[in-house]
Amino acid sequence: MEITNIVETVRMIEEENLDIRTITMGISLLDCIDADGEKARQKIYDKITTKAKNLVKVGEEIEMEYGVPIINKRISVTPISLIAGASSDSDYVAYAKTLDAAAKEVGVNFIGGFSALVEKGYHKGDEILLRSIPRALAETERVCSSVNIGSTKAGINMDAVRDMGEIIKETAELTEDTQGLGCAKLVVFANSVDDNPFMAGAYHGVGEADCVVSVGISGPGVVKKALEKVKGEPFDILAETVKKTAFKITRMGQLVGQVVSERLNVPFGIVDLSLAPTPAIGDSVGRILEEMGLERVGTHGTTAALALLNDAVKKGGVMACGHVGGLSGAFIPVSEDEGMIEAVEIGALNIEKLEAMTAICSVGLDMVAVPGETSATTISAIIADEAAIGVSNHKTTAVRIIPAPGTKVGDRVELGGLLGTAPVMAVNPFGSEDFIQRGGRIPAPLHSFKN
Amino acid sequence: MKAIVTVIGKDRVGIVAGVSKKLSDLNININDISQTIMEGYFTMMVLCDLSYSELEFSQVKEELAAVGEELEIKVRIQRQEIFDAMHTL
Repeated sequence: MEITNIVETVRMIEEENLDIRTITMGISLLDCIDADGEKARQKIYDKITTKAKNLVKVGEEIEMEYGVPIINKRISVTPISLIAGASSDSDYVAYAKTLDAAAKEVGVNFIGGFSALVEKGYHKGDEILLRSIPRALAETERVCSSVNIGSTKAGINMDAVRDMGEIIKETAELTEDTQGLGCAKLVVFANSVDDNPFMAGAYHGVGEADCVVSVGISGPGVVKKALEKVKGEPFDILAETVKKTAFKITRMGQLVGQVVSERLNVPFGIVDLSLAPTPAIGDSVGRILEEMGLERVGTHGTTAALALLNDAVKKGGVMACGHVGGLSGAFIPVSEDEGMIEAVEIGALNIEKLEAMTAICSVGLDMVAVPGETSATTISAIIADEAAIGVSNHKTTAVRIIPAPGTKVGDRVELGGLLGTAPVMAVNPFGSEDFIQRGGRIPAPLHSFKN
Repeated sequence: MKAIVTVIGKDRVGIVAGVSKKLSDLNININDISQTIMEGYFTMMVLCDLSYSELEFSQVKEELAAVGEELEIKVRIQRQEIFDAMHTL
């Protein structure tokens, strides 16, 4: 083993913020279904606290032995609308509280799966779950919620789009004391994936095994440092450098996933190749794009730079691991990325450019704060636009938007911890109300009929 | 179990002696050792075998960190697989 390689690894971890962003245990709750809600919740609590009882301990052991920080240990479960739908309950907040209690018991900071998949329509459980989201997020600490409102095969459920605008507004109002923090735990998807290990959009799909562990890697700082060494070189070299770096950091994710899987005696699911930023200096995706030669992220050229980055990360990462899955692409959550926060505050980055960026990377308009007075229909229209990008381009898109009560453009919303600081961004002042009030479904685009 | 000890910091008298003495005290065998000055810093890696040591990995880690403090240099230990995974196909 070359000493330079050893030192490179040590530096990546110690100076360039290389870490495993999350190990997420996916747990199926299908065997917890019960006509009696009380019994179902007891089974859910028991199953989660049994399956995940050693998750945090094993995560910490690996962190210590391999010297790699594992930032989050998390759990995703089967969408609760499918589980609770069998019961006669008319409100699912109690299920959220059960998930919250189980998460606290095993020591994970987030649990995802207070979710519904409604791209083609609602069943009883979906309707009740959607209605329960604002209170569920206001009355729990660790529960994350997601709703899939569109897919390439099904088109876009515009009734759900309309409802989600209202639900996001209501969630913001119920969590007004924390500037709408509840909305940071609520994702509206198109083409959501079953094996995403990242919060807030993680849930355990019905096609998954009973219990699996998946890994989400990180490492924007490492990519940025690698690109500093190829300043002024043509794009071919840039792409090659990103690929090689992505390979190395993904190999680390693959190793950690294998070890976690062995020690917990649970099958290894996937490695998610996403580049996930944090608000820390030196851990920003925005700064990678600037390193490519943009004065500020958000200026002309940003979409092209991000497309190159996203593609090269995948190409490097795919060869490094057994099974790739989840969202796998560069994340651009505004509040969680120090470079993007600054770009918004100096006027380099606006919501329209962000939307363009979401067409070529994962995952969508993520952690964007908008003025408190933004109407529910405007939020719905933003969701519809994002869903259209995802559905037409055969990719996952999402909206995680915070209409922070009482704020106006230029204010800052402090969300705390890894959720960061969201600068309040302007939305288009012209309305979309009649468009949203139509309801119904936008048909699936033609390219889905490949069978 | 094989692990790699890395020692990086300002050069001074007695680093190699101090670290290898500690490893010997802990009954840890050295398989390979390599040392250089990199960007002005003393840099050393020691490939070692922990199978004879009776201590837990966490205890070894603490002992090495303590010797690092005495020598005013950073001493880390990580399982070897992490380096293999990252740098070999």
